[in-house]
Amino acid sequence: MLKGTPFHSRTSALNETYAWRRWSGFLAAGSYELTHEREYWAVRNSAALFDVSPLFKYHLSGPDAATLLNRVVTRDISQLAVGQVFYTPWCDAHGKVIDDGTISRLDDQRFRLTSAEPSLRWLSMNAVGLNVTIEDVSEKLGALALQGPKSRLILDSIANPPITHLKYFRLMHTQIAGLPVTVSRTGYTGDLGYELWCEAKDAEALWDALMKAGHDYGITPAGILALDIVRVEAGLLLLDVDYTSAHKAIIEAQKSSPFELNLGWAVNLDKPNFVGKKALREEKARGAAWQFVGLEIEWPALEKLFLDEGLPPQIPNLTVRASVPVSSMGRQVGYASSSTWSPLLKKYLALAHVEAEHAKPGNLLMFEIMVQHKHRYTPARVVELPFFNPERKRQ
Amino acid sequence: MSSKQSTVHCSPFTDNYSLTMANNYDAIVIGGGHNGLIHAAYLAKAGKKVVVLERRHLVGGAAVTEEIYPGFKFTEFSYVVSLLRPEVIRDLQLPKHGLTILPLPSTFTPLPNGDYFAAWDDHDKTRREIARHSLKDAEAYDEYSRQMARMAMAVKPILSMIPPDPTTLNPKDLFGLAKLGGHAAGLSEKDFYNLAKLMTMSAADLLDEWFETDALKGTKSASGIIGTFLGPRSPGTAYVLLHHYMGEIDGAFRAWGFAKGGTGGISNSIANAAKALGVEVRLNASVSQIIVKNGRAVGVALESGEEIYAKYVSSSLDPKRTFLKLTDPKQLPSDFVEAIRRYKIRGSSGKVNLALSGLPNFTALPGEGALHRGAISISPSVDYIERAYDDAKYGHFSRKPYIDCILPSMIDPDMAPPGQHVMSCFVQYAPFAHEGGWDDAKREAFGDAVINALSEFAPNLKSLILHRQVLVPPDIERITGLTEGNIFAGELALHQLFFLRPAPGYTNYRTPIANFWQCGSGTHPGGGIMGASGRLAALELLKDWKA
Repeated sequence: MLKGTPFHSRTSALNETYAWRRWSGFLAAGSYELTHEREYWAVRNSAALFDVSPLFKYHLSGPDAATLLNRVVTRDISQLAVGQVFYTPWCDAHGKVIDDGTISRLDDQRFRLTSAEPSLRWLSMNAVGLNVTIEDVSEKLGALALQGPKSRLILDSIANPPITHLKYFRLMHTQIAGLPVTVSRTGYTGDLGYELWCEAKDAEALWDALMKAGHDYGITPAGILALDIVRVEAGLLLLDVDYTSAHKAIIEAQKSSPFELNLGWAVNLDKPNFVGKKALREEKARGAAWQFVGLEIEWPALEKLFLDEGLPPQIPNLTVRASVPVSSMGRQVGYASSSTWSPLLKKYLALAHVEAEHAKPGNLLMFEIMVQHKHRYTPARVVELPFFNPERKRQ
Repeated sequence: MSSKQSTVHCSPFTDNYSLTMANNYDAIVIGGGHNGLIHAAYLAKAGKKVVVLERRHLVGGAAVTEEIYPGFKFTEFSYVVSLLRPEVIRDLQLPKHGLTILPLPSTFTPLPNGDYFAAWDDHDKTRREIARHSLKDAEAYDEYSRQMARMAMAVKPILSMIPPDPTTLNPKDLFGLAKLGGHAAGLSEKDFYNLAKLMTMSAADLLDEWFETDALKGTKSASGIIGTFLGPRSPGTAYVLLHHYMGEIDGAFRAWGFAKGGTGGISNSIANAAKALGVEVRLNASVSQIIVKNGRAVGVALESGEEIYAKYVSSSLDPKRTFLKLTDPKQLPSDFVEAIRRYKIRGSSGKVNLALSGLPNFTALPGEGALHRGAISISPSVDYIERAYDDAKYGHFSRKPYIDCILPSMIDPDMAPPGQHVMSCFVQYAPFAHEGGWDDAKREAFGDAVINALSEFAPNLKSLILHRQVLVPPDIERITGLTEGNIFAGELALHQLFFLRPAPGYTNYRTPIANFWQCGSGTHPGGGIMGASGRLAALELLKDWKA
């Protein structure tokens, strides 16, 4: 049986669709309203409130906590200051990505790691001989993401002390409605936004305080259908959709290295030994075989394919989490793993894995599309990620 | 080839102005409304040196947002975006320059009996709502929508097409006519007949064939009369209903809704795109006259006395202003002048913009709800709107007007201070030629009629008003320059659409004066924030340029 999150009493009362998606064994709203459209726009226009409690969350503490994390993940945790957050992938010994998430340094010897998959066993296996305590706090904490241009104003109206000057990828402790809340300026939307971490018992009161304070700013509870569109606009990966965990892959071809996922920037080969370092150093030297790129599907050609059948263009208004072949000169050179129509950018976008030689921005590839039950190809241009990167995200 | 050089070398003139052309432009565009800006942007995209001359202190024409009352932004005249052409959005990269179109998910029509009628952005929800009024209508609605969508598919290509002249044997025009026939041929025989009926019927007659619910017919028929001096029972109004469906068949593209920042947000995004392409936008630059030498337009004179020269001059102003005010009639053929004089441009609508301290509370659906985020339509029946028209027919504003409201601050929180609201009320009818002429007292009486009509359904409205701006057609003319305050720069009536807009023989954006072009909403296809006129005129002008 699926569980409700600590916010379930609130989210279930708002869910007009009565439909739930599953997220790590929890109930997660796809959309609260009958269409997800307004929830999507809240992220870009006002403020959207997401329940992200199903994330796996771990507290690591002790003198060797930093050492453990530095041994596991690809970024250099010695560079992570107290009050700072890193996004990072982590790999198996062959340099293939197992999972990705954020690490927050709560104080010198205390960290919080979030992940998409259960990670306690992997962390423990790598902690042999280290003086570190690893606690699974997944169900002890409630987590919300307040994302959108009005998120700062809303939080500032109720947070004591205020979060006005909290910088991108930093965190602070504050109180909201008298409850202790950790606020990090992070998110999965590519917009100005915050994630809020609280004790599960305080979850409902935190939700109520945010909804009340956000009312005049257009706060809108939003589900994962909207989240799935904005994260594609932001060029952000999703495990099991855009890549397969090295732990779950059946064949080698299913695995991806950080370099192949556009995460080379998060690999630090200068730091002490870490899981996968040797393989990653070798891969970097020879160059990754694949690249993870953005594609913009060109509309006039796509429209014509449909018009030739007498149809208006028909493309899904949700993120499609299905593999779509991408070719060049009649040969398949990759596949899109997420594709969506962006109502903001008015463009049909895809995140795609392509062979490195075809990954240059500006390169024209052919994107498979089904038109009246027939396979067709339509031009798509390789572009730099992210597709959308507003200044307010960092300002 | 540098167009600046070509201007100098190709100039057929030898008198003074051709010698002072070093600082000149390839093209001058008169008017910084959306069509003028789009026209300029397309010319600049082709490498031309272009200046846009705008009379006011801000761009946008009738698509402007102004802070009329501190903290409250009014989308002053136009208030929604319906059919902004996808190719314009794409070619000029408008989203990159700030264009954001937010959804308007519903239409709510409060009724005198305390009930309401609503249409939502969810098929089942809408069907259930209609069934509450009539089971028969609920089913008919689906079929009606499908038929309109099919016809819209057939008619829509016309929006992106330069009108052929049906009276010539010019191969280009014949090809255009054949293409047009081809689109119609895509229709079944039944749909073709329906299309022919649609072209000639009144909105009320068409809707009577389908529906029995007064509120549904009233609300639907309203979109057939907006911007016209016609009532829902006037023939020709059915066709305008079709326009409503054209946005819907864009599917995911969805260029219909409320623009973030109001319609001024659209104008600003177009201006930004144009400037990024190198267009110079000059504000407070009011053109007084087109300078014509030897039958060719060579520049313009400003009110300030300054003269600016260019190879081409394009006017985005309405046809009457362009040809009867800025042009010396001696330069134009008399039959053309006569056609422009006869061009119907009667202003028929007003606008009331409100700054509110809170949300109007509708008796039919008390409290804050989803309806506050969509259109609110005072259109309980066809009779109601026809009676509103009766007043106007005889020279009086409607005592009980048709009103189309939105609360922009419910959609875009940047439009008003937190917790407070702006309300945009489009009102019909307010005839330009009011009996005895408009004065301050009549304007206020008109404002009162609007507030009273709304208060019948939302009794707390009066207590919320912090500021009200009432605009009647002479105000619209004074501020935007649109002749008689007509929002479409000429009525969207069948006798002045397509190859008749603005005058027979001059529908391909040319004018009787060489090198003088028209690119505003008074040309095909015109109407609303569509941008097709500005774009098509630029494409046609660029073809001419190469020739």
